[in-house]
Amino acid sequence: MPAVRFEHISKTYTGARGTLRALDDVSFGIEPGEFFGLLGPNGAGKTTLISILAGLGRATSGRALVMGHDVATEPAAARKALGIVPQELVFDPFFSVRETLVIQSGYFGVRGNGAWIDELLECLGLADKAKANMRQLSGGMKRRVLVAQALVHRPPVIVLDEPTAGVDVELRQTLWHFIARLNREGHTVLLTTHYLEEAEALCGRIAMLKKGKVVKLDRTANLLSGTASTMLRFKTDDALPPALAARARVTGRIVQLKAHDAAEVERDLGVLREAGVRVEDLEIGRADLEDVFLEVMGEAGEAVVA
Amino acid sequence: MSVLTLSLAGAGTLFRKEVLRFWKVAFQTVAAPVLTAVLYLLIFSHVLEERVEVYPGVGYTSFLIPGLVMMSVLQNAFANSSSSLVQSKITGNLVFLLVTPLSHWAWFVAYVGASVARGLLVGAGVLAVTVWFGPPPLAAPVWVVVFSVLGAAMLGALGLIAGLWAEKFDQMAAFQNFIIMPATFLSGVFYSVHSLPTFWQTVSHLNPFFYMIDGFRHGFFGVSDTNPWISLAIVGGSFLGVAALTLRLLATGYKIRA
Repeated sequence: MPAVRFEHISKTYTGARGTLRALDDVSFGIEPGEFFGLLGPNGAGKTTLISILAGLGRATSGRALVMGHDVATEPAAARKALGIVPQELVFDPFFSVRETLVIQSGYFGVRGNGAWIDELLECLGLADKAKANMRQLSGGMKRRVLVAQALVHRPPVIVLDEPTAGVDVELRQTLWHFIARLNREGHTVLLTTHYLEEAEALCGRIAMLKKGKVVKLDRTANLLSGTASTMLRFKTDDALPPALAARARVTGRIVQLKAHDAAEVERDLGVLREAGVRVEDLEIGRADLEDVFLEVMGEAGEAVVA
Repeated sequence: MSVLTLSLAGAGTLFRKEVLRFWKVAFQTVAAPVLTAVLYLLIFSHVLEERVEVYPGVGYTSFLIPGLVMMSVLQNAFANSSSSLVQSKITGNLVFLLVTPLSHWAWFVAYVGASVARGLLVGAGVLAVTVWFGPPPLAAPVWVVVFSVLGAAMLGALGLIAGLWAEKFDQMAAFQNFIIMPATFLSGVFYSVHSLPTFWQTVSHLNPFFYMIDGFRHGFFGVSDTNPWISLAIVGGSFLGVAALTLRLLATGYKIRA
């Protein structure tokens, strides 16, 4: 039985400005113990899909299951198996960190879990903030509390919706260290992130979503090897010859050119030399997930804002 | 753990959280409304004590006290559930509740229960302070309990409806100022509806708040404008109607689940 299963999920919003198809026949499963990444540009439908899983929204058609429980017909069982870290930095200003966690446990019918709450506080670097009111915490600290809140009832499935957006390096490391540990202990993790290097480092499998459709789903290793796997990077102030300009990814002075093999790299260098382009800091590297992402999104049509 | 015991435990937690929420700011949520009611009492009793006798042998101040107590109960019961819900919606922390296995019954029982708790606490506060002005008799205390609990529960449920419906604080203020306030003020808190012209008496009898206050007052004086059993039937029926609507809205996730 998959830990999470989406079956033909579609979601249509009808508003004053017409209808918007946010999700279009999305189907895939996540096996127990997987660390699964959900990637896509803004507006691709990632948060909508997660909202349906968490019961925050309803699918127009299709069904979603958590540990075999349909979120629409068995919401209590499905939600008990799920811990969700929401994207928005929300908190209840009336309570301290510990009170927040005790209350959240109670909603799930969990009492007397003080030892687990202590462990969560410790592992997330919140131990000295336990008595602080939520209002007194910095943004990063509030984010840690959100993670702890999602885990108070020890859910088998953990969903993290952009958990590291706008947080400092220290928290990202603390968080990933802890989530990776939970994953090793058997928890299934579903992650959406804008940081593609995080997805590459952590996720065993990745689904890419664009305009409400799954456009790619594979093991991370297969995604990386399936693309043009060599990348030529250099800096220049000169204009590129048209043949290369069409293929290049340019960020300021930095130019990146994908190549399938060494011969293609040599050809590209020849074109640059003939055109008289002055090249600095030349390096040849492996393609990363960002390259795969841009390639997939490009194939699926139109420009992409990652 | 069965779904029922889980839901009961969850509802208990939500009830305690809602009580803690107002208790932590009790100066604003309990002490302030008690002071407001006492100010009303001071001013109206000063102006009217010598001039008005509503029931034979009952002075105006004595008549006014139960009305003010009940008005405070009702307004604070409404304020508790409505403000809590609308704040959670607007700040976004309602998500912590939405992702839990709590049923719509658990939400209802917890929010309405906390509204009743705050309403009764404020009401008891007003009553305790007004003892200095000469306490009204307690002819039939059972009616006092029945109408205060039922009235607070009805306003707690109305507060939930308002909280679900309102998307902004000004919408909530409109609900409170244009529906709850007039219905409370025009229900016989400050006067007996028998003193009104016939037309306005008829209008008053269409207002369920009138029966809450009239029945509550009966518990103090043993006399009222309407038979307390009739008031009980009307208030009880209104509560069931409002409760059914509230439960329906919660079950369908009206304006809280997209």
